[in-house]
Formats: sequence, structure tokens, C-alpha cells
Amino acid sequence: MESGVGIQHFMILSTLMFFIGVYGFLTRKNLITILLSVELILNSVNINFVAFNKFLYPENLGGHFFAMFVIAVAATEVSVAIAIIISLYRKLKMIDVENVNEMKY
Amino acid sequence: MENFLYTLIIPVILFFSFIFTGLSGNKFKPAVSGIICTATVFISAALSYWTAYQYFFLHGKVNGVYQIINVYKIEWLKFNETLSIDIGILLDPISVMMMVVITTVSLMVHIYSIGYMKGDSGYSRYFAFLSLFTFAMLGLVLSVNIFMTYMFWELVGISSYLLIGHYYNKPSAVSASKKAFIVTRFADLGFLIGILLLSAFAGTFDFNELTNPNGNAILQSASTTFMGLSAISWALILIFIGCAGKSAMFPLHIWLPDAMEGPTPVSALIHAATMVVAGVYLIARLFPLYVFTSPVALEVVAHVGAFTSLFAAIIACTQTDIKRVLAFSTISQIGYMMVSLGVSGYGAEEGLGYMASMFHLFTHAFFKALLFLGAGSIIHAIHTNEIYSMGNLRKYMPLTHITFLTACLAIAGIPPLSGFFSKDEMLVAVMEKNIFLFAVQYVVAGITAFYMFRLYFTVFWNKDKKYEHVPHESPNVMLITLIFLAVCSALAGLIPFSQFVSSNGVPFSTHIHMNIAIPVVGIALAGILLAYALYKKESLSPEKIKNSLGVFYRSAYRKFYIDEIYIFVTKKIIFNLISVPVAWFDRHVVDNTMNGIAYTTNFVSEKIKYMQSGQLQQYAFIMVAGMILIFLLTLYLIIV
Repeated sequence: MESGVGIQHFMILSTLMFFIGVYGFLTRKNLITILLSVELILNSVNINFVAFNKFLYPENLGGHFFAMFVIAVAATEVSVAIAIIISLYRKLKMIDVENVNEMKY
Repeated sequence: MENFLYTLIIPVILFFSFIFTGLSGNKFKPAVSGIICTATVFISAALSYWTAYQYFFLHGKVNGVYQIINVYKIEWLKFNETLSIDIGILLDPISVMMMVVITTVSLMVHIYSIGYMKGDSGYSRYFAFLSLFTFAMLGLVLSVNIFMTYMFWELVGISSYLLIGHYYNKPSAVSASKKAFIVTRFADLGFLIGILLLSAFAGTFDFNELTNPNGNAILQSASTTFMGLSAISWALILIFIGCAGKSAMFPLHIWLPDAMEGPTPVSALIHAATMVVAGVYLIARLFPLYVFTSPVALEVVAHVGAFTSLFAAIIACTQTDIKRVLAFSTISQIGYMMVSLGVSGYGAEEGLGYMASMFHLFTHAFFKALLFLGAGSIIHAIHTNEIYSMGNLRKYMPLTHITFLTACLAIAGIPPLSGFFSKDEMLVAVMEKNIFLFAVQYVVAGITAFYMFRLYFTVFWNKDKKYEHVPHESPNVMLITLIFLAVCSALAGLIPFSQFVSSNGVPFSTHIHMNIAIPVVGIALAGILLAYALYKKESLSPEKIKNSLGVFYRSAYRKFYIDEIYIFVTKKIIFNLISVPVAWFDRHVVDNTMNGIAYTTNFVSEKIKYMQSGQLQQYAFIMVAGMILIFLLTLYLIIV
């Protein structure tokens, strides 16, 4: 293991990525960017999984597998989300999140 | 015991004929269902005669005592070690005797109905219900378990309801059937509570256990008391209330006269010969329990029976509808049976009243069925029930006349017809135990003869009345049954009944008691002569007597206003004092509470629905803010 890079570095990285993702999710108006923010959140979680696996239980592979699952689920989620965004674009000719308020009271 | 396995066929075949005619009766000509049902009843009757022969003469007796035989006994619902509801067939002298009575009268009524109901639109429905009734009644008398009795008890109630309401487009028939059902159902509530109490204290539903004089049920049961009477007495009195409902004892008799709205053969079968004596039968079935644990309950039975017999006999003298006279006569005769049961002891000679009561039940079934079928024959001919619209029918209907006369003489107790023997035994039994009840019964014997012959002279003698067409004798299929029943009611008294039926199964012999028989025949003859003088010779004017009795006559004519009292109690007291406030409470308090809750929910949700803005990022913001808040709160709690 390279000296100087410990678990706390990974945690700082993943926390930063998580909050950048949350910030992007809350502030961006473009649906594609929101989707990218969601990916950032998911990947920050993946980093956590792999890092904890590596540092705490090196003999197990559970964290790695979980990361794999998250990636697979994220991929499917993205494909569904993109499909929704495309059909919204076809309907509204724009993908601004503030205009998508069909499901209010 | 395996000798009796075939007895299962007797009730079950009738059930199948009910199912068959009920479901597919409309697909054939009406006559087909009549023939099918009659044939099945014929098979049951033949089998029950064979059973009776086997039981009484071949296999029933062990060491000179008639045994209780459980032919089938299948455990159905088990509550604990001793308490279970069984289904099965129990043979003992009274159940075999009842089986013979039921199948015989039912067979006669089926044959009679082929002629009587001809051309009726509900022909196959009628026969299906007759089969159902016969099945239920057989199940009732053959049951091994008091709960099984209760189930079949309700089943005879429902089939009686269906048959009273046979002419369902006639409002009076509909209300009569409802009245019969509600009154008996109301009484059955007492019966059910009685069964539950009994099972709680005796610990069993099984008749073998309940009626065993040395059994646990009788030994254990006298401990708990309630309002001065032991709990078992209350249970038995409640069971008697159920019996009183079914057997039309005062004050639950009001349904029986109205039940005459049904077709006449139905009245003969259900409301004269079989179903209404179910109450007497049940008390006889539980007789050891009554005798050994609760003499008080037996006293109640005897006194209610005596009062009812007098009360109904007086009303019968004033009624003008032929079937209602017979209905009140039935009530009166059942009262007789109750008195005789009520004064009886347990044992062979001791149990004379028990034997006499069963004997009268047996003979009464024949002559009362005959009276009703004869009345049906008359109604069939002239299409009215009013006895004052009838007269001189002897000329037009000679066979009906002869058979009706036989039945009248039998019920009046003129020797050597059957009623004489059974009535004599009953009066001897009552005389030995209670002189007051004997006096009542003695008077009733005279009144019975009077009202029967009042009916007889008015209908068959006197002058012609205006008839729509010349009255004709009934078809042969009806006359055959009348003749058969006339022979039965003439000869049934000659059977040495005490050799077969007694309260403990030990046969004994009886003889005619001249000191009772002569006065009883005397008062019966006096009643007949009075009726002759009033309604045949008209040397005394009935009108004058009517007027001199005044209020008493009028109230007897209106059946002592019992119906009006019931109406008053239900409509004025129960409706106004209980139902109306309860309905008000329901409508105003209960409903308003519910409406208030619904209104509040609606109001609040109307106010807060704007939180659902549809803005995705707003939702997400609230969620994240909440998460952070919870995080900070947790942190704070950990630190502090």
C-alpha cells in the first residue's frame, strides 16, 4: 500500500463528491445535469464501499461486489432516466426541471 | 346393533328427494315430483314399520327392558373430553314410535296432496318442501345429541315457514308465515340458552349421558342456584320455553291459528300431527333430567299445559273458521299431553303420565290429521272456511262425513275409539298426583266434546246453505287417506301401548279405570248433547247464550285479545320506549361522530394540499434539510 494515502483521504474525497452531487441536484435546472449529480452521489458511495473493504476487511470482497451492483443499478437507472428526459423533451421542447410540474396537487 | 344400520336410509332418502324435486321439479310435469316424493315417503314409511317391528319385537329388549340404541354416532365438533356435538341416530321406544307416526301421517298427507294440490302452480315446490319437512322432523326425533335436535328443530321451523307461506302472493299467508317464524324463533332463543346452560352444568350434550338416571349429568347438577332455583332448573325451564314456542303453549300460541293460512294438508302434517308435538317429545326425551333434577320445572310444564288446554278449548268454542277451531283444539290437546308429562314420575307404573302422554301424542296424531284432512276435503268442495256457510254436507260427502265423525268421536273420548284410551290414561295419571289439575282437565274433556260436535253438527247437518255449485265428494286419492286414517284413529287405542313405551323402558300393563272412565265419558256425552241441542235441534238458541255471556263471549271470540296485547307491547311499548330512542341515538350521535371525523379530515387535507407543488427540487431540498437536521440533532445528543 502506498504510504501517506489512508482511509481518511478516501472519506474526504467521497464526502466532497457527495455534497457536490447534492448541491448540483438542488441547484441545476437542466435535467441532464441533475442526472450527472445523481451519478456523482452514487459514485461517492462506491468509493466508500471499496475503501472500507480495502482498509477494514481486506480478506473479504463484499464491498467490491456491492460497488459492482451499484454500478449496474446506476446504469439501468440512467437508461430509464434518459428515456424519460427524451420523452419530456419531445413533449415540452425543453428539459428545464421547473417546467416539469405535472404531478402537483 | 348392526341390525339397524338401514335406519339411516329413512331420513336421508327424503333429503335426496327434496334436493331432486327442489332443483329439477320444474323440468318435468308436476305429477312427476308428486309421485317421486310420495314414493320416497312410502319407502321411509315401510322401513320405519320394519324398524318398529325389529325394535319392539326382536332386538330392542334386553332382560325385559327396552334399550337405547345408538345406531350411528359420529363425532362432529369436539369441545373437550366430554362435550361434543355428535350426529347420529338414536333408537328408543319414543323415537321409534315418533318415526312411525311421522312417516305414516306424512305418507297420508303426500297421497292426499296429490289430489288436493292438483293444478296448483307451486305443485313441485310444495312437494319438495314437504319432503324437507319430513326429513327434518325425522332428524329431530332420531337425534343422539341435544345440539343435533336444535339444528333439526330450526330446520322444521324453516320448512314450516316455507309451507305456511306457500301462497306467497296472499298477504295474510305471508304475514302468518312471518309470525310463525318470528314467534318460534323467539322461543328458540330460550331453548338455545337452556342448552348452553345445561351443557355448562351437566358437561355434555349427549342424550345417553343426560338421561341416564345414574349418570354424572344428573348427579352433578344441583349445586349452583340463581334466584332461588338451581341453575339446572333454569336451564330446563328455558328449554321448556323453546318447547312452548314450538308446541304453541300459552302465551306463545299466537302463531298456530294464523299458520292455518297454509294449505290444509300442511296444517294436518305440521300443525297438528308432528311438528307441534316436538315440544312434548323433547320434554319426554329429557324426562329423567326433569324428574330427578328439577321437579319445579315439571310443575311449570304441568301448569302451563293445564292453563293452555282450558284457555284454547274455550276459544275453540267461539271460532267460526273450521281450521281455526281445529287449531285451537290442537293447542288444547297438546296442553293435555304437557299436563300428563308434568305430573308423571319416573318408573314403570310411576311413569304412567309419561306413557299416557306419549300414547295421546300417538292417537292424537291420527285423529287430528284426519280432522284436518277432512276439513281440507270440505274446503276443497265448497271453497270456504266459514262453518256457517256450510250445512247438510252429509248428503253430498258421505265418506268425508263418516270419517270426520269417527275423528270427532275419537277426540271426544267415546269408547272404543282411540282417544278414549289415551285420555283415560292421562286423566288417571293426573288424578293420582294433582286433584286440581284433574278438575281442569276434566272440564276440558267436556268442552272438547262440545266444540268438536258444534263443528260437526253445523257442518254436516242442518239445512243446505247457498253453494256456488253442488258440493261434490273429493277424488278417490283423498278419500283413501281419510279412510286409512279413520281406521287408524278408531283402532290405535287398542294397542297395548304401555307394553312398548314407558319412562324407563320397562313394559307394564294398564287397564281401564272405571271410576275415571265413566265420569269422563259422561261429561263428553253431556258436551255432545249440549252441542246437539244448540246446533242441531236448535231447541236452545246459541244466540241467546252468546248474548247472555256478553263480554266473556266477545273476548273469547277475539281470542282473549292476546294478539292485541302482543301488538300493544311491541308497537306501543317496545317501539316507542326502546326502538325509537335507540334509532335517534344511532342517527344523531353515532352518525354525527362519524361524519365529523370525515369532515375534519377533509378540511385539513384541503388546507395542506398546496405543499404538493410538483417542484422536484423543492422536495429534494426539504428531504436534504431534514436529513441534516436529524444529523445535527443526533450529533447534539451524542455530545451532550
